[in-house]
Amino acid sequence: MVLKAFFPTCCASADSGLLVGRWVPEQSSAVVLAVVHFPFIPIQVKELLAQVQQASQVGVTVLGTWCHRRQEPEESLGHFLEGLGAIFSHKPWFQLCRERGSKSWSCKATHWQGPTSHAASGEDQVMLIFYDQRKVLLSQLHPPAVLPDRQAGDTTASAGGLAAVFDTVARSEALFQSDRFDEGPVRLSHWQSEGVEASILVELAKWAAGPVCLLLACLLSLVSAASACRVFKLWPLSFIWSKLSTCEQLRHRLEQLTLIFSTRKAKNPAQLMRKANMLVSVLLDVALGLMLLSWLHRKDLIGQLADALIPVADHVAEELQHLLQWLMGAPAGLKMNRALDQVLGRFFLYHIHLWISYIHLMSPFIERILWHVGLSACLGLTVALSILSDIIALLTFHIYCFYVYGARLYCLKIHGLSSLWRLFRGKKWNVLRQRVDSCSYDLDQLFIGTLLFTILVFLLPTTALYYLVFTLLRLLVVTVQGLIHLLVDLINSLPLYSLGLRLCRPYRLAAGVKFRVLEHETGRPLRLLMQINPLPYSRVVHTYRLPTCGCHPKHSWGSLCRKLFFGELIYPWRQRGDKQD
Amino acid sequence: MEDEQSFSDICGGRLALQRRCYSPSCLEFCLSCPRITLRSLTAVTCTVWLAAYGLFTLCENSMILSAAIFITLLGLLGYLHFVKIDHETLLIIDSLGIQMTSSYASGKESTTFIEMGEVKDVVINEAIYMQKVIYYLCILLKDPVEPHGISQVVPLFQ
Repeated sequence: MVLKAFFPTCCASADSGLLVGRWVPEQSSAVVLAVVHFPFIPIQVKELLAQVQQASQVGVTVLGTWCHRRQEPEESLGHFLEGLGAIFSHKPWFQLCRERGSKSWSCKATHWQGPTSHAASGEDQVMLIFYDQRKVLLSQLHPPAVLPDRQAGDTTASAGGLAAVFDTVARSEALFQSDRFDEGPVRLSHWQSEGVEASILVELAKWAAGPVCLLLACLLSLVSAASACRVFKLWPLSFIWSKLSTCEQLRHRLEQLTLIFSTRKAKNPAQLMRKANMLVSVLLDVALGLMLLSWLHRKDLIGQLADALIPVADHVAEELQHLLQWLMGAPAGLKMNRALDQVLGRFFLYHIHLWISYIHLMSPFIERILWHVGLSACLGLTVALSILSDIIALLTFHIYCFYVYGARLYCLKIHGLSSLWRLFRGKKWNVLRQRVDSCSYDLDQLFIGTLLFTILVFLLPTTALYYLVFTLLRLLVVTVQGLIHLLVDLINSLPLYSLGLRLCRPYRLAAGVKFRVLEHETGRPLRLLMQINPLPYSRVVHTYRLPTCGCHPKHSWGSLCRKLFFGELIYPWRQRGDKQD
Repeated sequence: MEDEQSFSDICGGRLALQRRCYSPSCLEFCLSCPRITLRSLTAVTCTVWLAAYGLFTLCENSMILSAAIFITLLGLLGYLHFVKIDHETLLIIDSLGIQMTSSYASGKESTTFIEMGEVKDVVINEAIYMQKVIYYLCILLKDPVEPHGISQVVPLFQ
């Protein structure tokens, strides 16, 4: 089998020395992590490797020698290098050699038979694969299909060859801590040997994050304790809280903030990304809310809105009255039952009249309420949108009431009709057996049943028309609310930090690798360049999207149509934890 | 060493297959697809602009013409960037894996690498397309849960 040697590009120009890294026997590949330069004392090298092995649980050993000279190595150097092979015994022993200033590399891997016969036996073909150590260290592999029952811990032994390479480099951070300015006994060359990278701002932020997180976590726990107190659990209040989407949104945000500022460290990279995504999402939300607030105040829109609200409500009520008058006449040329029509129409008209009086009663307080609501936008744009959705729901409450009345009437009628239709045919619904059975009725039962059936059939168009009109209105309002909720969900769940990372540092999120064949000469080993293949945007969004409230309609189009036909009430927004109707 | 042969695809366009052997353990196959011709480009542009002009004579709104130009440009860019494949390369590296690269006409390259451990088999599959039967090469991937099952069939050379 061909042996593979993963060589970091930063060591390609380093001076001669020993190759240090990990040998993976299952894939016959050697991952070179660093180069130890002459002069060194073998005992100290072995000590250093033992330390690193203990700190990182990676089997770091000496893999071979690296030679970077002007011309072909002299005989004495050759023997010296081979002598090293006897000190640090490793099967197979790699000997990489490169002429300074040229692109030709040579590579040998030899197996020692034992101390008795020093003849190198069995030289294998070696393939050199160059990789960028810093990028591989920072990147995170996303395998194509992650099974739900597989833990993150068992990816090392059973993983594919490339995941093992990534894992080795990522866990060997202890080896990369010393740079060439250190006075230690052993001189190493790796990606950080020019100096350990750090940034003052990052260090300060890390130092300040501890106390700040603690303080904020205390504050948030106080707030959540206050909101969980018994007063809010009494029946009317708890019912209202569960129906308003604003409260749901606030609760969601509170949970997210608690998670971000909790003092526990993130256990794995996925949790860290989730925290970062939540933080960026909250910050963006607040920024958008403040922009909205400043825009509203600059144009004094709140005053204009308050002035325009009452006339708009009046106008809507007037339109509804016109609609009812039209229904009470001969709508679309259909002939209605006069008496029922008048009853229903007057009932709904009176309802509208009550509603208008209520709105007029509230009119002096509208501006103050709107001003306070506008102030809540500084908690975030999503909160403002939720409040808007709630205001729409409150203002169109009468449409909701009409829909419920119409639906209940229609539902009763349909049930009555279906039962009497069965009687008409001589059948009965058997509750015990849950099926339709034949039944012999008395004559007077049949007579009254048929009479009632005829009455209901002839009253059907009237009720059906009212039901249709109010259902359409209700669906319109539900669509508008739905769009607002969709926007809120989008802001809540979009993983902006991950998308930004994919845009600016594409090597951090890797879907895989890609290889490029470098210049090749016959007789020399094959050289490949391994680059990171970044994750496509759709997979980034899919993997890192944040969980939302989950207020999505649970039924399909078919069941929706069925419910509409039979007059059952539709509840499009099922909050988390509510029972299904 | 290089080797070039020419074939034709199912629509009659000319394909060129290039075979390169870098070393005993590394082989590369490069398939070039027929290029976009000036004739087809002119035909599509003329149809779109004639339709837009027809709409313009009906509606007397000059926005339609500028919208048509915009749509043609965007459509062409989108087609070159997302749909039209210029050439595809298959790189086989012994004991490492198989890499498939598609380069689009706008220069975009999309690469997929499959490790050798995941490959179960390489087969020639038949498919019925319109009125004829076509053969295509595909790679069968192992299912991580079931050792004898197949999780994915990956066709090569779109």
